[in-house]
Amino acid sequence: MQISDPIINLIINSFWTILKPGLIYTIPLTLISFAIGLAIAIAVALIQISHLKVLKRITSFYVWIIRGTPLLVQIFIIFYGLPSAGITLEPLLASVIAFSLNVGAYSSETIRAAILSIHKGQWEAGESLGMTYFQVMRRIIIPQATKVSIPPLFNSFIGLVKDTSLAANITVAEMFMVTQRIAARTYEPLILYCEVGFIYLMFCTVLSEIQKKAEIKLSIGQKI
Amino acid sequence: MFEIKNLYKSFGENEILKNISLMIKPNHTTVIIGPSGSGKTTLLRCINLLEIPNAGEVDLNGERVGFNEGKVSKKDILKLRKKTGMVFQGFNLFPHKTALENIIEGPITVLKQAKDEAIKEGMRLLKKVGLEDKKDSYPHELSGGQQQRIAIARALGMKPEILLFDEPTSALDPELEIEVLSLIKELSEENRTIVIVTHQMSFAKEVGDNIVFIDKGEIIEQGTYEKLSESPNARIRQFLNSFN
Repeated sequence: MQISDPIINLIINSFWTILKPGLIYTIPLTLISFAIGLAIAIAVALIQISHLKVLKRITSFYVWIIRGTPLLVQIFIIFYGLPSAGITLEPLLASVIAFSLNVGAYSSETIRAAILSIHKGQWEAGESLGMTYFQVMRRIIIPQATKVSIPPLFNSFIGLVKDTSLAANITVAEMFMVTQRIAARTYEPLILYCEVGFIYLMFCTVLSEIQKKAEIKLSIGQKI
Repeated sequence: MFEIKNLYKSFGENEILKNISLMIKPNHTTVIIGPSGSGKTTLLRCINLLEIPNAGEVDLNGERVGFNEGKVSKKDILKLRKKTGMVFQGFNLFPHKTALENIIEGPITVLKQAKDEAIKEGMRLLKKVGLEDKKDSYPHELSGGQQQRIAIARALGMKPEILLFDEPTSALDPELEIEVLSLIKELSEENRTIVIVTHQMSFAKEVGDNIVFIDKGEIIEQGTYEKLSESPNARIRQFLNSFN
């Protein structure tokens, strides 16, 4: 295929049209869902390592359901299914709920593993100073567990950036949906889908760089 | 007076401590010795409740805590822990904190000391253990001996009434042992109340005011090193001799 002027023009002209919903939808959707998901994940992880039997069962059930069903199915249930039960949600809100629940379930396991990876001598050292469970957790364990959990958490974070494209299925006019529309109009699917893929790649590259910086910052005082 | 009365501890079916009663003399150094697996470390860990005894009583200077089927309130646990300072075999310094931060963590978080006050006291302790110049070093930048000295300073920072040492030099190379042992000796000479679990017989002889021999979870005999070395019990004489 010879790259002709019309194609270059198409790439240039569509770039902003595709990037704009990325800035308006993809990025905020990712950031908000990840923040809420992380909060859920921390709470679930703390419950999982506690002795709260009933809450442990409930959270295990939640993780089991979310991890065992496709994200797309969850999105459809929340957006298309729930109205039958009398709960109608805006597409964006439905997306945020689905993505947050998803991140919460997966990352709770990451955080639980990170907390359990800290040597029990650290607990004992804190406790022998007379610290309470929560003081040891907050001052000693969490700071060390954070470092351990950065790489797998960024896996989830980066995964979420791409998963937001699933919101196109419930009428959220994010990057992928906009690209589909242009492709349908111009008959240039190869060019346009590569273009949107490239923009996702750029978003994820930025996150990878942030991950590297975070790892360097948190490695202070610790052997890599 | 510090006292342990009729203490029992089992892990599952395994009975580790059987009816241990021990008086710990204030301002003296008590050394616990015995073969591997005899229960000496468990006994030490029962004093600050890192292990919860199944039955018995710990009385630290009037703070009595009794154990009934291994049950004890969180309040009682914290009460005893605030009176004791513990130095571990594996140091257990906080790797994400500098030497000074390790020392001031307890005073700030637990004793609610003001930060500048805690830092002042922390610097005094660093000087005491001879590591003033390492205040901003992280644990992995220090030798094992230096880490253990910081761990001792951390325990001292809580102004404990009783200092517990769990095989404090077992993880150290012989040349690094000396610096830690001489520091502990110095603390012993300051007439602090100290309980040490150790395999270092020469050190036990040197600092121990009361040496307690434990075997299979029971106190077999206690007294000065001289008394134990002349014990009618051949097992004890043999144990002491095996280290000479």
